[in-house]
Amino acid sequence: MANATAFAALADPTRREVFERLAAGPRSVGDLAQDLPVSRPAVSQHLKVLKAAGLVTDRPEGARRVYQIDPQGLGQLRAWLDRFWDQALEAFKAEVEKPDDDEEDEA
Amino acid sequence: MSQTITPAAIRKTLEVRATPQKAFQVFTDGIDRWWPKDLTISKAPLKQVVIEPRVGGRWYGIDVDGAEDDWGDVLAWEPPGRLLLAWRISGKWVCDPSVHTEVEVTFTDLGDGRCRVDFEHRDLANLGEGADTAAVSMDSGWGGILGRFKAAAES
Repeated sequence: MANATAFAALADPTRREVFERLAAGPRSVGDLAQDLPVSRPAVSQHLKVLKAAGLVTDRPEGARRVYQIDPQGLGQLRAWLDRFWDQALEAFKAEVEKPDDDEEDEA
Repeated sequence: MSQTITPAAIRKTLEVRATPQKAFQVFTDGIDRWWPKDLTISKAPLKQVVIEPRVGGRWYGIDVDGAEDDWGDVLAWEPPGRLLLAWRISGKWVCDPSVHTEVEVTFTDLGDGRCRVDFEHRDLANLGEGADTAAVSMDSGWGGILGRFKAAAES
């Protein structure tokens, strides 16, 4: 998509991947690190940023921490709105650039 | 365990082949020509979207049965450079006058008949709770919207 999101927390592709994996279900840091090509501390760092942005929350589960998309729904709503505005602004751009507007006064 | 949730603002930047004047006009007066009709809070399908062109003007949808649903209102009307709207659709997908989130759009002239559009939807924490199920249920209809609008726009 041409206008990639400028949303800071998801601007990093690895971070976005972490976020998308959590969208599928709660995971621990170790879990996430296993199938991503980055170190565990790097995954932790990404999670920290996502948490600061209000996109994910964490809870202790035994000795480890499990991360999930914000259960209050704001994370999901935000993700939905983010996609919505992408679509809406693409549609706006298409409309505003429509070639037939030389005579927009009256058809 | 409670925790303050502060979602970051949604920000988008795009360049369009149009003057700020035209872009502002299409974004506001012409909103019905591009707004994805899937986004509505009324029970019946959305027929029309309106932004009234003044500070305090309403931003609302009209469904096919003629019922009007307020979505928000105009906080700043500064053509052609800036538009500030209040988005008052809560996380439960109802209009709640106490919900205050802001949608700000600025249009910057780049010369050569082009302009940059900077978009921000902020104060998302004010959308409130109970958003998850609504968000998920609204999520299904997105496939193909873009294609449909491109097709409509280019027809």
